[in-house]
Parts: sequence; C-alpha cells; structure tokens
Amino acid sequence: MKTISLLLDSEWYDRYRRIANLNIRSSIYDVTNRCNLRCRGCFFFSSGENHVKEETNIKQWEAFIDKERKRGVNLAILIGGEPTLCMDRVEAFYKRLPSYCATNGLIKIPRDKFPDMMVGISLWGSSEDEKILRGKDTFAISSKNYEGDPYTYYLYTITPKQVGKVESVVKRIVDVGLKVHLQLLSNDEGMEGFSWRPEELRDLRFEMDEMLNQYPRTVISCKYYHETITTGKMMGRTFGWHECPSVTESLDNRQPPVKRLIHFYRWAADLKTVHRCCTSATRDCSICKDGAAHMSWVMVNKRDHLNSTRDLQNWIEVYEMFAKLYRLIPW
Amino acid sequence: MPEKRDMEGIIRHVTEVIIGELKLEDITVGTFNPDMDLVDELGIDSMDLATIALVLQDEYKITIDEDDYPKLKTVRLIAEYIEEKLTGKN
Ligand code: SF4
Ligand code: SF4
Repeated sequence: MKTISLLLDSEWYDRYRRIANLNIRSSIYDVTNRCNLRCRGCFFFSSGENHVKEETNIKQWEAFIDKERKRGVNLAILIGGEPTLCMDRVEAFYKRLPSYCATNGLIKIPRDKFPDMMVGISLWGSSEDEKILRGKDTFAISSKNYEGDPYTYYLYTITPKQVGKVESVVKRIVDVGLKVHLQLLSNDEGMEGFSWRPEELRDLRFEMDEMLNQYPRTVISCKYYHETITTGKMMGRTFGWHECPSVTESLDNRQPPVKRLIHFYRWAADLKTVHRCCTSATRDCSICKDGAAHMSWVMVNKRDHLNSTRDLQNWIEVYEMFAKLYRLIPW
Repeated sequence: MPEKRDMEGIIRHVTEVIIGELKLEDITVGTFNPDMDLVDELGIDSMDLATIALVLQDEYKITIDEDDYPKLKTVRLIAEYIEEKLTGKN
C-alpha cells in the first residue's frame, strides 16, 4: 500500500504535514445585496441572488455568526454585493471568526480596525477592460487604497479577451507591491465574445504557468490548478454538478454522495435563505469556471492523488495555494 | 453489532471498516498497523473520517462527536475511544 511517507521525501512530507491537519470548515456569506458597481457579468446580480430582504439589525448578525461558529465554521468568506458598504457587519464577523473579505477595493478597509483580515480585491483586466466591464478603472483606486498591504491580494478574473495580455496586468500588481491569484470568468450573462473556446483555454493555461514561473513571489498559484481549471479535468474525471464540492449542504441531495466541503453553506444577506453553491445559482455547471470550486475539488479528493509522488505533490501544491490565499500558512 | 467487544476485536473490526469503506487496496487486516497515523500516513481526511464514524456509530450504537475527530488519529485510538464509550467512561 502506498503511504504518504513512502511517496514523499522529507521536505515534501513536512509540507504535507503542515497542511494535512488544518481542517478548514469554510462557509460563504453575502454581507449585503448592494454594490457600488454593476459589473457586466457579475453572477450575483445576473442570478437574482440579491432579491432577498437584507437583515439590517446588527444584533441579528452577531447572533447568527455566533451560531455559525458553534456549527463548526472556522473560516468566514465575506462576499456580496460589496461587503465594505456594511463595515459593521464585516466587523461582527472579524471579531468572531477568522474572516476573509472579497471587495472591489473602492472603499478602504481600515487597518486599525482590521489589522490582519485577509482582503481579496476583484480585478477584471487592464484599465480598458475594466472600463468596459465595470464602468471604471477600479485598479487606479484600489491600488492606492491597498498598496503594499501584506494581507491583501488581487483576484484577477481573466476573460477570453485577455489571453496573451495577462502579464501587463500582473506587472501593474507587482509595481504596487501586492500579490495576485488568477481565476477565469464564467460568462453567466452570455456576453458576446466572453465564452471560452478550447484553444483559448489551452493558451491561457500556458500563459498562467508562465506568470508563475516569472513572478513566483507575486502569483499565488500552482500549475496543477491551472491545468484543472482550464481543462475541467482531474484524474480523468470531468468537473460539473456531479463532482462539485462547493454545494450548500442542506441543498445537496446528490446520490451517491459526492466528496464535498464539510458543512459548507452559502448564506444570503437575510440570514435565512441559502444559495445553491459558492457562485451563481443559475449557472450551467458544465461551463462553470469557478476557481474556488475547482481548487476545492482537488482538495477533497486527496486519496485519489495517492497513486504517485507527482500526483500527491500536485495535491499538496493546490492545498498550499488555498491555505496561502487565506493566510493559514505564510506566503 | 460486531461480536468481539474486547480491544483486539474492536481493532480488527475498525480496520475492516476502514479498508472496506475507503476501498483500500494492497492491505489486509493482518498487515494493517493499528498505530499507523491515518492522516499523516494513509491520507485520510475529515470526510473519510465522517464516513468511517457513521458506520462505527451504527454498529456499536455509540455517538462519535465531530469535535473528537482530531483525536482519532490511529486505529488503536479509535478502538480505545469506542471501548471507552461502550464501557461508559466517556
Ligand atoms: S464589484 Fe463584485 S459584487 Fe459588485 S457588481 Fe462587480 S462583481 Fe458584482
Ligand atoms: S455553478 Fe459551479 S460552483 Fe456552482 S454548483 Fe455548479 S459547478 Fe459547482
């Protein structure tokens, strides 16, 4: 039988042990239904997930978060809408749970109140692309707000139109002393020219690899993640609803049961409604490119990666990438 | 419920459950080291543990608290945990 220590040398074994017992129990929270942008292709609005009545009483939020902590959640992922429009809710999470805030970066999260909260700033490409897709060059503002911040990185959503242009965006991020994680657009609004073609995905995979080779201190990623997200394949299996790990537990009636994130929920801002998964409830799973779902897919299938040393190292690198994104291990 | 409730019997049965539930190949109850670290050596994760715990709970008519999973690092530790539950020590 192949055991971990037989497959790994001592350096990799230590890396494995550093992550193997993290026992991450994450859930996602829509902090608000509002946003100060309206990006073309934003899944939150295109799927109508904003159509719930937002809870406005902060005491209710506090009680809810306490219940979530008791439920075993040890990582709160705050999304929206734009969470920074409701800083008191963000603070309620931060005081109770290790928290990560996804933001468009237009409003600065005050570091005196949130000294070590992980922040991920959304970015959709070059300034021209951003103006087309989001109505303004958000980078110009967010990079001023967060320049050099050790707990912040960019979540760069690559669209098919940016294949071949990724480096120019990465360089801008290098210049402001921040890091970047790469992910792919899922074209939920069916925008003309924004759906992936196989040859674009193939080219992008190598471009992402190249970014990692050239900017290893800036790009938080790994090649196996690039392979998985661009091909939608892992160990000969195809990603989709029948494999997705990021489905809200109470809505998961798949049979036979699927390897999944334990106790994962995505809660709406009314604190009662749950959404199907970590992303759009109306998305066609067969074209889903969600980065978090793909990396979780690898992570929950550890024992399938015990066939060879390379497979297990690939698994470790994906897990490390995830752990770095939430600063559960150092950068 | 499995017949043998002594330590050796419980170890044997827990091993059978792990091999069966996780579909482990190239290993038998006889060659499985009960002190092998299930996470650090076998690569078991919390979902695997939950699967194994469900079966053992059913068979031994005990409850295995999720908060206790981190303690259940080897077959022997799982067997001791079950034995303590059966004798009402915890
Ligand atoms: S900033 Fe985020 S939440 Fe707001 S519209 Fe854009 S993608 Fe949607
Ligand atoms: S849309 Fe993506 S993340 Fe959501 S259930 Fe489908 S495959 Fe999973």
